[in-house]
Amino acid sequence: MASDIQTLESAVVRFAGDSGDGMQLTGSQFTTSTALAGSDLATFPDFPAEIRAPVGTTFGVSAFQINFGARSIKTVGDQPDVLVAMNPAALKTNIANLRAGGLLVVDSGAFTKRNLQKAGFETNPLGTPMLDNYQVIDLDISKMTLEAVKEFGLGNKEALRCKNMWTLGLMLWMFSRNRAPVVDWLNGKFAKKPEIAQSNIAALNAGHAFGETAELSAHIKRYQIGANKTEAGLYRTVTGSQALSWGIAAGGELAGLDIMLGSYPITPASPILHTLSGMKELGVTTFQAEDEIAAICAAIGASYAGALGVTSSSGPGIALKTEALGLAISTELPLVVINSQRGGPSTGLPTKTEQSDLYQAIYGRNGDAPLPVVATRSPGDCFEAAIEACRLAVKYMTPVMLLTDGFIANAAEPWKLPDIDALEPFTVDFAATPAEGESFNPFKRDDKTLARNWGIPGVKGTEHRIGGIEKSYDTGHISYDPDNHQKMTDTRFAKIDNIADDIPPQTIEQGDDTGTLVVVGWGSTYGPISEAVKAARAEGLNVSHMHIRYLNPFPRNLESVLRGFDKVLVPEMNAGQLKTVLRDKFLIDAKPLNQVSGLPFKIEDILSAIRAEVSS
Amino acid sequence: MNQMTAPNEKLTIKDFTSDQEVRWCPGCGDYAILKCMQRTLPELGVTRENTVFVSGIGCSSRFPYYMDTYGFHTIHGRAPAVATGVKLANPELDVWMITGDGDGLSIGGNHLMHVLRRDVDINILLFNNKIYGLTKGQYSPTSDVGTRSPSTPQGSVDPSLNPIIFALGSGARFVARTVDTALKHMPGVFTRAHGFTGAAFVEILQNCIVYNDATWAGVTEKSVVADKQLLLEHGEKMLFGAEGNKGIRFNADTFALEVVVVGEGGITEDDVLTHDESNLQLARMLAELGGNPSEPMAMGVLYAEQAEVAYTDAVIGQVEAVKGKRSLKDIIYSGQTWEVK
Repeated sequence: MASDIQTLESAVVRFAGDSGDGMQLTGSQFTTSTALAGSDLATFPDFPAEIRAPVGTTFGVSAFQINFGARSIKTVGDQPDVLVAMNPAALKTNIANLRAGGLLVVDSGAFTKRNLQKAGFETNPLGTPMLDNYQVIDLDISKMTLEAVKEFGLGNKEALRCKNMWTLGLMLWMFSRNRAPVVDWLNGKFAKKPEIAQSNIAALNAGHAFGETAELSAHIKRYQIGANKTEAGLYRTVTGSQALSWGIAAGGELAGLDIMLGSYPITPASPILHTLSGMKELGVTTFQAEDEIAAICAAIGASYAGALGVTSSSGPGIALKTEALGLAISTELPLVVINSQRGGPSTGLPTKTEQSDLYQAIYGRNGDAPLPVVATRSPGDCFEAAIEACRLAVKYMTPVMLLTDGFIANAAEPWKLPDIDALEPFTVDFAATPAEGESFNPFKRDDKTLARNWGIPGVKGTEHRIGGIEKSYDTGHISYDPDNHQKMTDTRFAKIDNIADDIPPQTIEQGDDTGTLVVVGWGSTYGPISEAVKAARAEGLNVSHMHIRYLNPFPRNLESVLRGFDKVLVPEMNAGQLKTVLRDKFLIDAKPLNQVSGLPFKIEDILSAIRAEVSS
Repeated sequence: MNQMTAPNEKLTIKDFTSDQEVRWCPGCGDYAILKCMQRTLPELGVTRENTVFVSGIGCSSRFPYYMDTYGFHTIHGRAPAVATGVKLANPELDVWMITGDGDGLSIGGNHLMHVLRRDVDINILLFNNKIYGLTKGQYSPTSDVGTRSPSTPQGSVDPSLNPIIFALGSGARFVARTVDTALKHMPGVFTRAHGFTGAAFVEILQNCIVYNDATWAGVTEKSVVADKQLLLEHGEKMLFGAEGNKGIRFNADTFALEVVVVGEGGITEDDVLTHDESNLQLARMLAELGGNPSEPMAMGVLYAEQAEVAYTDAVIGQVEAVKGKRSLKDIIYSGQTWEVK
């Protein structure tokens, strides 16, 4: 009955279970239903590095968090309002973060002696004071799922796999969402195994029907979260990896070049390789190389031959590409290098997010080797950021580092579909056959951009030899001349510095243009910083939010904007890298706020730091 | 790479010679290889603009600077990957890769293995002088055991690698060998490599006059050539020697090739093997020849068996098969969407 439905502005739901419980699928289907209902949302798939960790263990817990609302949603939410725990290990690892008074849904059928033991519980926590702070719905979801799918004759193991759909059905009922998109998706996914599709749909319906029954709704509320009033247009949900891949393809089209991606599998960057591999219709060639070095080298070779070379990896892979990056800088060839950052150093935390490769991006090469660095801030933003990386690469004949991270790569958000036809082209002109009597100089530069001539094989008269050895400024031939090396080094810096005149000036995202405190962020901390500044301003604090997309070179006015504030606070998911760069460039007393837990910032943590900074 | 458009006028050795001063040591074997290449390309009817030389690092890798074609002097060991990218971006190009024993088999061993395995349609010339020349004479992966060098003052202890066996083991479909001083033999091998669609691997025995002089003398000295080199020709008997009466026979007891003398011990020419370039097992045994001093080294094309579809054609084929069937808009606008009014 509609009168029983409570309207909320937003809610945070976290699905947690064993790696094999299908929590990522449950979460992404809940996301689709939420998106189709028009709510704004942000998601956070939080999964272990192991593909199938031992069943029931705490390190095998996979979770998916979604924050959704009838308002603008910029983070995944500090604390879940609802936690779904499919086994004791999921309860153990997630309960501490559930909001006091929040709703806990557990599959009591999975709380067996063995599972409790694996999770490190001495006694069953269900029904004990340990859970007194929460509203608990403990249901034998396992048993009810088996019952629901009995007629399809699946084995016990296969039948139990449907319990995530049973749970999803219950949650869709609880949040008054439509089941139809999930049913469509199941029918599509299991088109060749109709009995599996039918079983899952039956489980989904059974979970939903269970919610409808009186005994549950007596003490558990149903919620309604409306549509977010946002800009008119056609929307879809998009992950960072998708939007970034599409942006690369768009960049290729706008440049009038075919994309050649060289890549090697690595978490969390692989989805970009997968997505672009499925886009051959656009003339995209993908090359899964034998290693990270070959991946970038093939991309460089492709750029030499007139395509737009792209390579995609994560920190450890970028480290391997370093020498070749220097080659691309020295030969001044366009290249887009994507780093989906993860926790480091070394193998670090492959599936967890961090933004600790900023030094690597800006400085991490032998020799004086400058290149532009652009960072994405959210899944949808990846589209434009990738196009911008392509534009800079071809216009300035340079490799461009495009920084994203594991959180952005996997997270989803609603995205207003861009008007593809309205995107501004930046068509490339290759060097033409020189006039009779004239010779071709590959290092002849554009007066304004300082970009060199791009002559490509296949064109008569522009034959030339290039390489990693220093080249004469005047002819492009090998040169070991001391003055020439100084001049070429200066020119390489000047060329990259020029880009500062070709990017938007730095603006303030939120708050006044001058004042007491500016909170400066880059990359995926955009959401939590934005919400924290909003909350601080609601408390009457004099604070503004600045977000830097262009990390090298910085926008020309960045220093003057920073100097408009008494204090500068830089929250980062690293040990203080942008903070150091700002201090170095501008001698500004930027204060760090650092977190390297592998998790996004909580709004509350940034808010506390803002309060402390303003009052100190 | 046999789809080149014929140039309007016949090019000459001069057209393929760049204006850059050649900077190899006087007497280096690389000079002869360079000249052979500059002389062979006009014969092949290729154009300068469609020809690309890609190299790694080392003495041999300076090669591209001296060819008046497109050239890319890359980084140590990575030429196979760069060349693969060039070919994938423009399959019409005629790509030659120049490498050495250190560049190709040590730091770039992984890439060389994969470019051969994939059968990328390029020509690979590996200059084997069994030493690191450009870094002043350290031993290389093809150095003989006991090689004294700055890094092995008491002699090297690690066994050496046979490039031909490496190439065959990597799945190469064209494998040949020639010698830097064999000015008549080398162009023929280059021509065959060029005519092959797929990865064509050529080992060139090359002399480093400064750091490893005469390392191949036992095979290449005029006085021993006849006895120490087996010049392979497809369909021809494997005969060699100053008298032309030595032959290669398969010994079923040892399961190996052996040297026999026609006319001695009842051996007739019928006992001598006939070369078959398409026989992989034979190629593997020929690759081993020369391992002991009584045997000659096999020269020429040891193995040539073109794949039905070259790697690059297969990759490009997958793109061409679907190109244009969906637009970027089709892709982005697909899936579940909703309208906000």
